[in-house]
Formats: sequence, structure tokens, C-alpha cells
Amino acid sequence: MNLRMLSYIERTSAIHRLTGAAKLICFILWSVIAMSTFDTQILAVMLIVGLIVFKMSQIHWREVSFVLTFILIFLLLNDLAIYAFAPQQGTVIYGTSHVVFPLPGRYSLTLEQLFYQLNITIKYFAVTPFALLFIVTTQPSEFAASLNRIGVSYRIAYAVSITLRYIPDVQRSYHEIAQAQQARGVDLSKKAKFGRRMRQAASIIIPLIFSSLDRIEIVSNAMELRRFGKKKKRTWYQERSFTRGDYLAIGITVLLLLLSVWILMKRGSRYYNPFK
Amino acid sequence: MKKTVVSFKQFSFKYNSQENSSLRDINLDFHQGERILITGPSGSGKSTLGNCINGLIPNALKGEIKGSLALMDVNTSDVSLFDLSKKVGTVLQDSDAQFIGLTVGEDIAFALENDAVPLDEMKRAVLKAAEKVGMEHFLNQSPQKLSGGQKQRVSMAGVLVDPVTILLFDEPLANLDPASGRQTMRLIDQIQRETGVTVIIIEHRLEEVLAIDLDRILVIADGRVIADESPDRLLASEILQEYGIREPLYLTALKRAGIQITPQLHPERLDKMSLGGIRESLLRWASNDIPEREQLLGERILQLSHINFCYKPDQQVLADVSFSIRKGERIALVGKNGAGKSTLTKLICGLERPDSGTIYVDGKDIGEQTIKERSEQVGLIMQDPNQMISQNMIFDEVAFGLRLRGVDAVEIRRRVYETLKICGLYPYRNWPISALSFGQKKRVTIASILVIEPKLIFLDEPTAGQDYRHYTKMMHFLEQLSSRGVTLIMITHDMHLMLEYTDRALVMADGKLIADQPPAELLSNSKAAERANLKTTSLFQLAEQVDFHDPISFVRHFIADEKGRRAADESANAQLY
Repeated sequence: MNLRMLSYIERTSAIHRLTGAAKLICFILWSVIAMSTFDTQILAVMLIVGLIVFKMSQIHWREVSFVLTFILIFLLLNDLAIYAFAPQQGTVIYGTSHVVFPLPGRYSLTLEQLFYQLNITIKYFAVTPFALLFIVTTQPSEFAASLNRIGVSYRIAYAVSITLRYIPDVQRSYHEIAQAQQARGVDLSKKAKFGRRMRQAASIIIPLIFSSLDRIEIVSNAMELRRFGKKKKRTWYQERSFTRGDYLAIGITVLLLLLSVWILMKRGSRYYNPFK
Repeated sequence: MKKTVVSFKQFSFKYNSQENSSLRDINLDFHQGERILITGPSGSGKSTLGNCINGLIPNALKGEIKGSLALMDVNTSDVSLFDLSKKVGTVLQDSDAQFIGLTVGEDIAFALENDAVPLDEMKRAVLKAAEKVGMEHFLNQSPQKLSGGQKQRVSMAGVLVDPVTILLFDEPLANLDPASGRQTMRLIDQIQRETGVTVIIIEHRLEEVLAIDLDRILVIADGRVIADESPDRLLASEILQEYGIREPLYLTALKRAGIQITPQLHPERLDKMSLGGIRESLLRWASNDIPEREQLLGERILQLSHINFCYKPDQQVLADVSFSIRKGERIALVGKNGAGKSTLTKLICGLERPDSGTIYVDGKDIGEQTIKERSEQVGLIMQDPNQMISQNMIFDEVAFGLRLRGVDAVEIRRRVYETLKICGLYPYRNWPISALSFGQKKRVTIASILVIEPKLIFLDEPTAGQDYRHYTKMMHFLEQLSSRGVTLIMITHDMHLMLEYTDRALVMADGKLIADQPPAELLSNSKAAERANLKTTSLFQLAEQVDFHDPISFVRHFIADEKGRRAADESANAQLY
């Protein structure tokens, strides 16, 4: 039960104090920069800023370790796949070839390829802290409010928020049902054979589905009784108006975006090339 | 004459999914400021009536309507659910599932958000509504941290943000412990007084609702209005017994003593009743001798010795709990939510392991047993049968536990049939479970545990959500099981269930066992009762009001008398077959 999924972690930090909408805007801009540029200097700046912001948020790495591990594994696979399918991509981009470690066929390892993949890796690391922070420092309803603010339909935004709201409840009823079935003799431990375990898992899933469906019906009735869906627009109790901090955060991000675009224009290439 | 706010005229309703009408030929007028209780057995149509008033019928729940229903002189078929909800505030039964927001404040604000009310105005309205129900200091709390009673207060505040003229409560007491239930009724009373709204309460727990002054009680059965009377007149009639609705205990006691209940006695409220003239006959009845059932002294089946447990290092959930239970005993495990009752159950079922202390079943330390091994000895039945049932057919559900244990098919068939017979489900053995009523489903879950032949069975709220008739049936069934030597531990909030159907009460408070004594004695031990949010039944109050020297023996006397009657009914029934 100690599995930590991505959910809101309550703290009192400057990052938590930012409004959801500001965080969402920053996150989107930040992703645009990271996706558009291969400039190592910009990416390095982003990485450092990301780490500082993460520190400021008072979130501990272990609290997001589950997702982080997942991202790292994915990153590793991605790097390996790039090397497997395009081992000379770096040479193509930077126009030179410094072989570090000769290997058969086209698989010789070049400095250019290493540098290219380093850039890709930094890209990941530049975005990851922001993505994680946006989710764990924004209260789900504020998250919905901010989605709505940037133009997502409030029905969809609310669906997201209410899903987050009921995840703990469903987890709890899963736990209860699992325990009741175990108390009947269902063996969910690793001792039981896989096929058998799968069949027995059905004895938990089926009641869980039915009790969740019941719940959905009650919730949707309760929502209708309180006029959800009546108007084209709705207001949000958790919505907050922008403060200096919000403007500052968005301002810094926009500056960085402009800087990145300026460098790109000046150089006429997305890549910073140390090999020339 | 006060303004009519609800008016049913020759109203009938049939759900599309059902063959017969749920409501037939309803003619009713409710007036501004009235306090109305709608009661009736399960499936009588009382909730359907409520859903017609709040507009869920026909907007969300589809069906066929005949006749008309007008709210504040407007025909409901002409207005949308949204407009209706401004006039009729509904507090649903399950306060957990209807809690939509992530915090108290947000949940109260929900209707305002949907009306796109500006933020500052919304915050003011939320605070005001929260103050009305006394939740203004909890605005930032999440629902997981609230008690059932508090959640219900939030639900009330959530509808009070609107200028409602009708407040509709659908079984407001269903999931509350006795003390929280009393607080809820007090709050409803107070809100009605302050705002002058019409209050409609749908509930089958009549006695608890009578704690506030009511103007009318409606009895619904088979979709028809059977009675529409003032409380005094209804209570003096025979209608409640006829339709299987539990009358207040004090009235049953008075009737047992041979006292005729008339409206002039004011049976509505015990504290207002004029008992002067009937005191003598009551005292005479109470001093009759009724032979008591002899104390069971089977061998010790379960023993807990110095059990300690915590989920997190600094939060002790159970502290030094010790007790023992003998074979065939019926135990009530009572206490507030969060007092440690369910944790205790989990430890005994092997779902959690104690940090220290030992659990013995049948004299053997079961500390090393797996959950599966333990499940052969200890059974657990959850409150909601839907959380246990995983098969389509009754036979398969009951056979499930045996199949898991690899019992051969012939033996399974024999044992399942035998269990189904004990549980009165044999005629339904080839039915799909979905065709059963709530109470029958509950029986199926009991059968599915019973078939494994455990030595003791835990039942979480065995009668929750069942009306008096089903309640009596269920308890009668459990009584029979117990006489077969099955040891039962019932986790319950129902004080009368505890008094009438159990031999001993174990009371938990803050992780400690604070009392272990016969139920009648417990309820007179006001300190323990208070700590555990329990409530004495009206029998005590009655005994005190007539200055009976020993209230406990009065209660005992009543229970023994009831048991005697049940036994007599049973033998009469047996002769019929």
C-alpha cells in the first residue's frame, strides 16, 4: 500500500503558492523551449533552474521516486534505441566524426553521437522536474480550474479532477475487498500459480467494478442535483488570482523562451556545435 | 392556510426498468414550513417519492408518469432539474459518495461554482452556510479526515447555499452511530426553526426521527400512501406493526404491559408523555418473573492476550487488548468509527499481524498461520454484500470457498446444499444473484462463509440498510446459527440489536478495550457509553421516568419478554408447516 503514485503533496512552499494556471503556462512554455532547442547551454540552464525550483518546492526525491525511476528506465531505453537505429546521427548533425571507440559496421562510437545523446538526455532532465512539480504541487481542483482557464472545457477539466478525487476511495475499497476475499481463502501471494492468481484476482475486480459503478451513479446524481452542467461556464472555488510571484514565474519563462529563439535565429541552427 | 409547496395529484410512476408501478395514485399536499417524515418498509416506494420531489425523476431516472406533481404551483414536468434544485435541497443517504469536492469549502461551493457565482461572493456564501452547520473551522479539511456526521453537515451546508424552500433528507441516519444520529436530528431541527423551510425526511428509523417535533408522518407501502397522520395518532394506531415498521421501544414496552396507547397519552415523545395513570400497570408488569436464558459456558474459542498494534510508529491503533470468547457466544463489538474495531477484526482474521501479544483460537496460537489457514477458522462478512460477491450464480458463490480449497465436486454439492438449506436459500440455488434483494444477498455472503465451517464469524453491521421486517428475519437467522454453536461477533452501532441479540458487549475507544460486560449493564454505565458514542435506549428513559428502582432489570425484563414472544411465534409458525 506504500506505492506512491503521482498525486498532490501538501506543503507550504513558494511553488505551492503559485496558482495552478501560472504553473501550467510555465510548464507548457518550458516544454516548448526544451523540445525546440538542442542548445546545450540553454538546456543546461534549464536543468539547473529546474533543480533549484524542485529544491524550493520542498518535495523530496523519494516522494516521487516511483515515477522518477520509471522515467529513468524509459530514458535509458530511448538512448539505447537511438544508438541502435541511428548510431551516426551525431555525425550527420555536426558534420564531423571523432571516433572514440571503433566498432564494426556503422556502430563506431563517435564524440558527436555522445554529445547528441547527451543533449537528448538533458532535455528529459530539463522538463522532468517541472512536469512532476506541476502535478504534485497543484491541488487537483485547482489543476482543473487551470485547465479550464487555458481553454479546456470545464466538463473535461472536472472529469480529471474528480478522477483524482476518487482515486483514494477506489484504492481503499480495493484494499477492503481484497482483504475480505483473502479472508475467504483467496490466495494472492506469490505462492499461488500465475494462472490461478489471475482467476482469483477476478474475485476482487468484479466486486470492485460493481461497487465503483454504484458510486459513479450516486456521484453523478449528486452532481446533477447541484446543477453541474447547467451553464456554459463555471467558476472555481479554488481558483486564485495572479500575484507577483505568478507574473514573475511566467516572465522568467518567457524571457528564457525569447533568449532561446534569439540564439536560434542568430545561429540559424537548433544545435550548438562545439566541433567546429 | 399555509402555502402549498408540493402537490401530488393522482400521481403514478413506473421505472422503465420495472414491470410494476413504484408509486400509485398518490394524492398529497405538503405545506410551507411543515416537518414531514416519510417512512415505510424497503422497496415501498418512499425513496422514489423523494426522487420525484427533487426532480431526479424523471430527469435522471427515466420512467412513465401519470397524473401531476406541482412544486410551488409549477408543474415539475415544465421545469428542469437545475431550476428545481434551487428550490429543493437534497441530502443523499451516502454522505461519503456525495462528497464531491476535495475540501469542505469546495464541496459546499459546488452548486455556486456551477452557477458561475463570482469568487468573492462565493467565499462569503460558503462561510455563511458552513457557519449554519457549525463547520466553519473545517473549510480546508479533506473528506477523508471527517467523521460520518461531519460529512453529513457538509452535505447540508452544500444545499443551504441555495435559497431552498424544501430540504429533503434521504435516510439521513443510515450510516451514523447513535450519538451522531441524535446530533444530526438536532441540527435539522435547528435549521428548520431558523429558516422556516419545509423539511421532508425519508427514514425507517422512526424512533430517532421522533427526537424532533414532526407535523406529519406518512407511511408508504407498495407504492401507496397508507397513512398520513400526526405522530400521536399514527403511533396510537396499528399501522406500524402491520407494515413492519419498528415502533419506538418505549411504546412496545407499554403495550407489553397491557397499556392501551391513545393519542391523548402523547406517544410522540417519551419525555412529554403523561405516564401518571399508567405507572402502576407498568411497574406491575416489570416485576413479573420471566425465566432467563441460562448462561452459555462452552469452551474458550478465541482468546486475545495483550495485543498491541500500530500502522505507523507513533500512532498506536490497539493498546493492550485482552479478552476471550466462548463457543456459541454472541458478542457485540461496539465503539466510534476509528476506535479500533475493524483493526481488531483484521488482526483476528490474519489480515494484519499484531506488533506484540498472542491470539489463540481453540487454544492454539495462530500467530504463524497464513491468512488462508486462518480463513478456515475465522470468517468475515462485510457490511456491503456487493463488496463480497464475485460470482453470477448463488450456487457458485457459495461453492467458491470450497473450490478454492480443492474440495471434490460431490462434497461441494452436498455442503453447499446443506448450507443453503440452513440459510433458507435452497429454493433459489439456481438463481442469479442479481435477482436477489439486499437482505438475501447478505444471506448469500453469510452462506458463502458458513460453508467453510469456521469456528467464529465476524459480521460488520449485519442489519445495516434493512427495514424492521428484514432486520428481524436476519437476526432470527443469526440466532439460529448461534444455537448451532457458531460463535458470532457483530460489529454494530445499533444499540437495540446489541441489547436484544447479544450476550456480551466489547467496547472499544481510542484503541483500548474500555468495557467487557453484558449489554444492559453497559448502557447503564454512562461513562463507557459516552466515550464510545453509544446511546441508552428509550427503555432506560422509560424506567427512569416511572421511577423504576432498577432500570437495568427493567430492560432485561423487556428483552426476556420479547424473546419469550419470539419463541412462541416460532413454535406457532412451526405448527403451520
